[in-house]
Amino acid sequence: MDIPVLEVKDLKTYFRTQRGIAKAVDGVSFSIPEGSTFALVGESGCGKSLTALSIIQLVPGPSGFQAGGEILLKGRPITRLTEHGKREIRGNKVSMIFQEPMTSLNPVFTVGYQTAETIRLHRKKSAAEARAAAIEMFGKVGLPEPQALFDEYPHRLSGGMRQRVMIAMALACKPDLLIADEPTTALDVTIQDQIIRLIKELKDSMKMAVLLITHNLALVYRNAENVCVMYAGKVAEMTSTDELFRNPMHPYTVKLLRSMPGYEKRGLMLDTIPGSVPPATNYPVGCRFAGRCPREMAGCATIKPALAERAAGHFVSCHLHDSSFMSKPCSKPIMCEPDKVPPAPALNAIKKPLLDVRNLKTYYTVRKGLFKRVKGYVRAVDGIDLSVRKGMTLALVGESGCGKTTAGKSIIRLIRPDSGEIVFNGENIASLGERALRPMRSRAQIIFQDPYSSLNPRMMIKDAIEEGLKTLKPDLDRAARLDKTARVLERVGLAPEMMHRYPHEFSGGQRQRIGIARALAVDPEFIICDEAVSALDVSVQAQILNLLKSIQRESGISYLFITHDLAVVEYIADEIAVMYMGKIVERGTTDAVFSNPVHNYTKKLLSAIPTLPPGMSWKLPGKM
Amino acid sequence: MPVIFATDLIVYILFAGAFYFMLAVRKEGMLKEAWKDVKKRRLAMVCLSVLAAYSIVALADSIRWRDPIRNESGRPALSPSGGYIYSAEALSILDRALSRIRLENEKTYSAPLSSHLYVKESIELPDGRVAREYPPLRYPGAHILGTDKVGNDILYIALKGVRTGMVIGAGTTIVIIPFAIFFGVIAGYYGGLIDDIVQYLYTTLASIPGVLLIVAFMLLFGSSGYQGGLIRQSDLVLQAFVPNDRLFWLCLILGVTSWTDLCRLIRGETLKLRELEYVQASRAFGVSRRGIIYRHIVPNLMHLILITFVLQFSGLVLAEAILSYIGIGVGPQMWSWGNMINTARLELSMEPVVWWNLLASFVFMFGLVLPANIFGDAVRDALDPRLRFK
Repeated sequence: MDIPVLEVKDLKTYFRTQRGIAKAVDGVSFSIPEGSTFALVGESGCGKSLTALSIIQLVPGPSGFQAGGEILLKGRPITRLTEHGKREIRGNKVSMIFQEPMTSLNPVFTVGYQTAETIRLHRKKSAAEARAAAIEMFGKVGLPEPQALFDEYPHRLSGGMRQRVMIAMALACKPDLLIADEPTTALDVTIQDQIIRLIKELKDSMKMAVLLITHNLALVYRNAENVCVMYAGKVAEMTSTDELFRNPMHPYTVKLLRSMPGYEKRGLMLDTIPGSVPPATNYPVGCRFAGRCPREMAGCATIKPALAERAAGHFVSCHLHDSSFMSKPCSKPIMCEPDKVPPAPALNAIKKPLLDVRNLKTYYTVRKGLFKRVKGYVRAVDGIDLSVRKGMTLALVGESGCGKTTAGKSIIRLIRPDSGEIVFNGENIASLGERALRPMRSRAQIIFQDPYSSLNPRMMIKDAIEEGLKTLKPDLDRAARLDKTARVLERVGLAPEMMHRYPHEFSGGQRQRIGIARALAVDPEFIICDEAVSALDVSVQAQILNLLKSIQRESGISYLFITHDLAVVEYIADEIAVMYMGKIVERGTTDAVFSNPVHNYTKKLLSAIPTLPPGMSWKLPGKM
Repeated sequence: MPVIFATDLIVYILFAGAFYFMLAVRKEGMLKEAWKDVKKRRLAMVCLSVLAAYSIVALADSIRWRDPIRNESGRPALSPSGGYIYSAEALSILDRALSRIRLENEKTYSAPLSSHLYVKESIELPDGRVAREYPPLRYPGAHILGTDKVGNDILYIALKGVRTGMVIGAGTTIVIIPFAIFFGVIAGYYGGLIDDIVQYLYTTLASIPGVLLIVAFMLLFGSSGYQGGLIRQSDLVLQAFVPNDRLFWLCLILGVTSWTDLCRLIRGETLKLRELEYVQASRAFGVSRRGIIYRHIVPNLMHLILITFVLQFSGLVLAEAILSYIGIGVGPQMWSWGNMINTARLELSMEPVVWWNLLASFVFMFGLVLPANIFGDAVRDALDPRLRFK
């Protein structure tokens, strides 16, 4: 077979915005042969998802439009088809599965009906035939009792099952190309693994091509044959997966790889990329990575690099590999970052216990009926024991719904626990009233997951940070509060002048810094990080993890890290507690748990995370 | 001798509020920023000027006093006890300013700017014969919008309707908003028993047909007291404050029947906001519930309140017309756009059609409702910091 399933030639998808044309996808070309997986990786905002939407011809109009390029599906151009012709392709020749299984199924129809609908539409089959085909598909994607499941409504299925239904639906018409846009990001680790395996199996048995869009590089390593790193709407680097991980040639790729947290990087700072992706309306004239590149040269900002084959099958868009450019005077380096990540400073952990949680229980009551009688309990936290020592980090891991967030909120008494002891600095705070809790409030703080909802959009940063000071340190006067606010902002790497801005003027990473500054303002000894880095891009995540680590070293703060991301845990935690269905099933030091998991659930969890093989390290291209 | 109606207070409150905001935007802070943003939008500013014009008319029509009656010699007439005798009419500043068109009455209908009546009459000609003719007007060309059945100037009537419309729209919303915010926020934030009670309250209210409540209420309270038109000497001798004002009762009952929608919206939004992370962060600082509601919940409800204010305002101006049409709105003697439409119903079925009454009320109503909507949208966008920087 010579014709690739998908061929994208110089695709340009632009948006008309008030600030001019946003070039979200700006000249991307690649092709996917039959039976292979092609991965698109990059930070958010670099155009991966819009490339996918362009392929399926669903760019959100009227502001979005295709400004150029060609998309060939099995050699047949699809961009100039009528809307009717495009509809025949969608779901039939090209299918897509989305990130969020909870919202991509219509809650008022049964899953069977929704799946059969696609088959009826495209295959012109009768209802009974479509039903049979849908049930067969359900079986193929590993759903239990497909016959009975056909008549279930989406809300009765778990997230993993819904994602399986989505896959069954996408594959019902045996498409040539499956686009998987972050198919596992919203799922738990153990389910992620199952879904990825399922896609891989089905790809092999059905001989499809898969376009995998993700920001998880380990996932790419395990699953894709070819990979394309996108940056600011353009291809930065494109090659086979093995080659990319063995010999990344673009500085951006190297930086991205090195910013991934993991066990091997304990004790080191993570590599970070300064700044953020430029807005799509205002790219640099030359190389789009100019300004953030650790190897920037004099001509980079003004001369566009071409995407060229610099090694066998390895396409890079970087002047460093262009010998004619390198021989000219414009190759004078203006940035020369040392090719070494600084070690994280050693912690002088005082091994004294700070927090001791004993047999903590938090139940939610289930009330039903006209008189709202208590009909049962949800045992969100069902008797857990934890201890956090001064200056140390304890990670509480587990999948969503296991009660880890409830546990965190109970510990700092945002939720009143039903029983148990929370001994904080020698005092049991489990049943104190709100007034008596005040002294504790300044010593224990919390940082949240979503940088967008953790700040009140109608409050200036200054007011958000000062709020805690006003309540907990009422003796500070106005000037002292302002001074303190400026200092914490500086501490988290933001300019103090920014305090007069509103939250939406900041990027996600900056907002997360503000959240940290807000918690730090009251001088806590203990901070709960509730999925604090889960919603961030790899490079930003690395910045925040570095920040948290250096704060810990300077002020001896203890962290309780609540997360489902085991790569982060490996990197930052001293001790781990694994939570499963409201209970702690395993506790120990990070080394012990990772090298020798005892409980079955821990084993399952650890084996499910996609990891890179040990011993991989990457060097920045170019001379020092 | 001044006379103040209960509804005048609503107009005064509205003006006091506008004045307060005028002072507030002079100070530094969010409101100043928002105002700068609104100022940049030309359409919004045009709408604001229209609204200001309406408001000034309403205010001018809400300051009134009774003149002493003068005897033939021009001196004030005195009562047997030695006090002044006041006229039965309390004329407002607007009435006084428009005294020309107020007093220049015709006999009956006349089309806008015409010189003759709209209805033929038998006229005795100089030679003694009687002919059916359109008689000339007493004040030809003086009535820009024509005259109504009893010869009153339509422009004057429509301008008098401004105050009624504004009072109904603003007064009712002023009643609604504190109720809705208070009950909505406590129900949403505290939950539990309080939530149950509030929900019970508004489901009960919402399940009674609104019109039924309004009819019952207006029969109880609205049928006595001031109905509009002349102040009756017997009731109101020397009374400076008139609390029993049919229009006021109408505002009150419209408010009571329509706060539930906003309350439900606010309760839902509060439920959502309560779980947001910035509220949780605030709780982790030990901020009191009242502080959280004041700083985090209510400011983030403002967009809802503003949208509802504008929509309700427009809706209520229209509701007045409907209620007056079925006879339970403002009193029949009170000038209002609703009453104008009600009379226009019969006029439209006449031959030839008397169209200017309906046109005038339509134009005036439209002129208030449309700018209110546009300006409300502009203010909402300006107050939303997320939109302001886009």
